[in-house]
Amino acid sequence: MIHDFTYLKPVTLQEALSMLADHKDECKVICGGQSLLIVMRQGLVVTDYLIDIKGLNELNYITYDEKQGLRMGATTTHRTVEKSNLLKQKYPVLVAVERKLASAQVRNWGTIAGNLAHGDSSGDLAPTLIALNAKIKLSSAKGSRVMPLEEFYTGLFETALNKDELVVEIQVPPARLLTATAYKKFNLIENDQGVAGVAATVEVDQSRACKDARIVLSNAGVTPIRAKSGEKVLIGKKLSDALLTEAAEAVADEADPVSDIHASEEYRRHLIRVLTKRMVKQAWEQAAKLR
Amino acid sequence: MEKRELRLTVNGQEYELYINPKTLLVEVIRDHIGLTGTKRGCETVSCGACTVIIDDIAVKSCSILAVQAEGRQVRTVEGLEANGKLAPLQKSFLDHGSYQCGFCTPGMLMMSEAFLKENPTPTREEIKEGIEGNICRCTGYNSIVRAVEAVAKGDYKGE
Repeated sequence: MIHDFTYLKPVTLQEALSMLADHKDECKVICGGQSLLIVMRQGLVVTDYLIDIKGLNELNYITYDEKQGLRMGATTTHRTVEKSNLLKQKYPVLVAVERKLASAQVRNWGTIAGNLAHGDSSGDLAPTLIALNAKIKLSSAKGSRVMPLEEFYTGLFETALNKDELVVEIQVPPARLLTATAYKKFNLIENDQGVAGVAATVEVDQSRACKDARIVLSNAGVTPIRAKSGEKVLIGKKLSDALLTEAAEAVADEADPVSDIHASEEYRRHLIRVLTKRMVKQAWEQAAKLR
Repeated sequence: MEKRELRLTVNGQEYELYINPKTLLVEVIRDHIGLTGTKRGCETVSCGACTVIIDDIAVKSCSILAVQAEGRQVRTVEGLEANGKLAPLQKSFLDHGSYQCGFCTPGMLMMSEAFLKENPTPTREEIKEGIEGNICRCTGYNSIVRAVEAVAKGDYKGE
């Protein structure tokens, strides 16, 4: 049963931010609501005011330029990302992730900022975007700030978003040469939430050795986890099975998964080991082909 | 709680309602308008039984506030038939025995309708992906896929 609330529908971003400033202690923001309405129905979220930003078309955009990189507005739907030819060309991993995210109906209505702000550590977009070195732009009536998405997640369903702030934009640096990102989640039902997932970015140099790497885990802790010790194993090395095994061990050690009805902690670590090997290899081989 | 005016169009018919803003789209469709073809299933966006089409895109009406459909065109399973004749998908579902208990059928039909509009010549694999968000607990997927495939192949043109 959803508790009663007062419904507010701003028509501009400015109006939304001023409503947030007015009601910051007693409001929630809804966009697609594909996660929020479920927890509201379960009584886990009770709010006096609901601010609906679904209609804010000024935040519905995807732009790219070689200097600034990618900018995606908060109210962009998953389906828009999935269908974007620009993204297919520049960041194919985002399109691949979206195709396996929930169902077409959910992707049609749900939005990328809603997904990110919900702060579920089993999400697919956050680890993938962190592997892409993305930033998140937050605005309030007082101004805006931009922070690495990696720092946005502070705890279980907790983020760095202040009560009067709104996620307004996702920023991804320009696509780099000789760099690729891959993501895979393991699940029993296709398109379901992942039991565990791994995103890996590998940048290679001219000799195809690893120049830089980012490994980010999904559903392996209370927040998306960046496995820096696993990344260190890779940097400066040539691709080999032994190296992948070493990196996977380091990553599995760094993971902090829970045991629940879907999988034991031990099994999750096993999945992370396997997925790390596969995703690093996939990103590495793809990067080596990109010239 | 203060009620709110809501105007929306369902299957071509305009409605003006007064609702609590927390009312879900599926509740407006079933309880306020009285079109009970659309089903309430899991109510956690998992099963797809509540699928309707809003402005040409398929959505799960259990997890959309009705106020978010303000001013939009909603189509439900009751809106598929025209002039008392079943739509090609409905006819094909019948011919292929694409249901047992029938609870998932309205959602399956609406998802398939939106899917074929987007991809009129799908492969079998694409059809399976297309209806991935809809669960059939009688395990009738094969006959559903065959029914959608038959419509895509043009077997029901002019029906």
